[in-house]
Amino acid sequence: MPNTVTARRAGSRKSSGIRRGEVAAGWLFTAPVILILGLFLLVPVLMAIWVSVSDWQGRGSPFSGNVGFVGLDNYAAVTSGGGLAERNFGLSIRNNAWYVLIVVPLQTALSLFLAVLVNRAILRGRGLFRTAFYFPSVTSSVAITILWLFLFSTTGVVNSFLGWFGVEGPNWFNDPSQIFHNALATIGITGAPEALTSGGPLGVSWFEWIGGPSVAMFAFMLMAIFTTSGTFMLLFIAALQNVGAELGEAGVMDGATGWQRFRYITLPQLRPTLFTVLTLGLIGCWQVFEQIYTGTQGGPAKTTLTPAYLSYQSAFVSQEWGEGSAIAFILFLIIIAFTVFQRWVLRERPVSKRRARQYEVPPHEATPHEITETKR
Amino acid sequence: MTRHKSRAMFGAGALAVAGVLVLSGCGGSGFDDSEGSTTEGLTSSEDGLTILIAASGDAEATAVEDTVAAWSEESGVEATVEVASDLNQQLAQGFAAGSPPDLFYLSSDAIAGYADNGSLTAYGDELSNKDDFYPALVENFTYDDEFYCAPKDFSTLGLVINTDLWEAAGLTDADVPTTWDELSDVSETLTTDGQVGLAFGAEYQRVGAFMAQAGGALVDGDTVVADSPENVEALEYVKENLDAGTFAYAADIGAGWGGEAFGQGLAAMVIEGNWIGGAMTADYPDVNYQVAELPAGPSGEGTLQYTNCWGMAADSPNQQASLELVEYLTAADQQLAFSEAFGPMPSVQSAADAWTEANPEDAAFLAGADYAQFLPTQAGTADVVADFNAQLESLATGDPAAILQSVQSNLEASVG
Repeated sequence: MPNTVTARRAGSRKSSGIRRGEVAAGWLFTAPVILILGLFLLVPVLMAIWVSVSDWQGRGSPFSGNVGFVGLDNYAAVTSGGGLAERNFGLSIRNNAWYVLIVVPLQTALSLFLAVLVNRAILRGRGLFRTAFYFPSVTSSVAITILWLFLFSTTGVVNSFLGWFGVEGPNWFNDPSQIFHNALATIGITGAPEALTSGGPLGVSWFEWIGGPSVAMFAFMLMAIFTTSGTFMLLFIAALQNVGAELGEAGVMDGATGWQRFRYITLPQLRPTLFTVLTLGLIGCWQVFEQIYTGTQGGPAKTTLTPAYLSYQSAFVSQEWGEGSAIAFILFLIIIAFTVFQRWVLRERPVSKRRARQYEVPPHEATPHEITETKR
Repeated sequence: MTRHKSRAMFGAGALAVAGVLVLSGCGGSGFDDSEGSTTEGLTSSEDGLTILIAASGDAEATAVEDTVAAWSEESGVEATVEVASDLNQQLAQGFAAGSPPDLFYLSSDAIAGYADNGSLTAYGDELSNKDDFYPALVENFTYDDEFYCAPKDFSTLGLVINTDLWEAAGLTDADVPTTWDELSDVSETLTTDGQVGLAFGAEYQRVGAFMAQAGGALVDGDTVVADSPENVEALEYVKENLDAGTFAYAADIGAGWGGEAFGQGLAAMVIEGNWIGGAMTADYPDVNYQVAELPAGPSGEGTLQYTNCWGMAADSPNQQASLELVEYLTAADQQLAFSEAFGPMPSVQSAADAWTEANPEDAAFLAGADYAQFLPTQAGTADVVADFNAQLESLATGDPAAILQSVQSNLEASVG
């Protein structure tokens, strides 16, 4: 890698002689893409930014003369209005935050686990398993949602299965009760102190914030984990195949156990892929839309309302275009913030002094771990 | 060399395409200077009409398409019917682009939003058959004192009774409930293992009928009256029976809506509108049932009405022709034909007798027209009703007064 960078830098400054016309040609060749991306990506985004700070009501062009600038009013309405718009937004953030918190780690762990399983040379019928695990990912999420609605209906397969064990399954997609509240109820706690139920951010009480996802949302979470694990498994398999076997063998020679080899040799090398998977997972989870649109439309009791669906509903159904775009941009900021945070968490760190000391004797014989660290 | 050439040509082609797109994309505001929503002078031109509908099924789509084609032939104005897959979204796109359909189905809760942004033409007063519509329907589509659009048909809620289960429980025609107490009693009689007496959706669109029977409403004119004692009484009554297990929400017994619960025999009675007829014929032809008027509450009879109208776009270049088409579509004969094809009741009074004669078993639905209430139509109230519905789902464990209190404050924010 370093070589290519320096090589490129050498000849970049001056354009003269035979290569003079290349700049114009370059622009000409990229112009179609720039225009198309600009038209279908940049312009709509800029328009949406304008709509989010305007009082456009959905008729005619948002740039016409009778559309006024209202500053951050739309943002204020959904974040501090004190009305229904604020509470809806609060509920959607609550629902989606729990969704992200539970789905992202689980789907990452499961997809890594599956990838390690099907990557083993010993396994017979690897192709079959890979296809099977990947299959949900290539199926349309609308089709899977409908399948899920059947599986998780009151008298559906899941509840029949639970019935074999004497468990009376919940009315999944119609159950608005929050799972941690239900857990508390089993030990006899059904209410909460006044301090928790009276106030909270975004018009949603603290008790509702900490209650966890509703049973209905939980069913959607299972679906998300089921469908996306296959996709991410594929990314992990690709990464695992780039992990050289010789490092693992070196680990075996050093007497590392299977778990240690995975934790200290394989996993560090998967870091870039891990970052990709986590980022894609975060973005996907914060943008849950089609499952909600086809499945529950935000119900029961608004516990599957998500910011993406709320944005659509505010604009297209309630004709509150400004608020709808404002929600979309707040969602955008949330995703950016999470991605930056996660990039910071997964950054390359120098080996700590304490850890480095373990490897110091003898002075210049590198351990597998150091090799992986210095290689980058 | 050839490869370079073809690339260059491709690039040039893409440039040209993108250029055209830019030009057309920026020209979208061309309709801004057409007339606003005043009724003075409808636009008239040679342009053909586009009609956007949301059909309940093939029967409705075909009926409307055929009728519009017949009108087109008669009047010489070209007209095409489009069946929307998502009406709200397609309408919104049309209005934003400045090229909406000329005529379209419009639900009563969407009027306020579109009227406020000037997308609609209020043409109600121009209709030659204006006085024939039921007054309650006209009121339903009157916003800011203007009669916006012609009701295309309507439905009311009734008590739908499974006659086989009814007789099996030893009940007779004389037992058809006419009061709340009687309703509770027969529901209890009809409740068995795996079957509830009465089921309905967990929404104001059904529970609101009890509020109407108690003398309550959400909005009275421009005053919010959601937290009235009458409404509390109605919700207390429903809650009591939900707790007793004799009433149930359709979702709680594993059905998507009341009709499904009824067809599958999960409920012996449901509160539904006349759309249930089509569903029963199509999905559950073996279930025998009859329709009664909803029982009277403490304040008398009450039900809710549902209706859509023929919305007309302010940006339509040929409103005169649209008006004529609406008059054609809402004429008594035509509505009777629609009713036969796909079920709803005609919105004009002159068709009432003929309709009752043709549908004696559904007479109770039409009788409801005399005392039906309708959902609030002010801007923003649909969101409040959606929030109310969310709270009604947990009515069995909730506090009716507290629920209504929150509805009151939410409504006050949008009404008046």
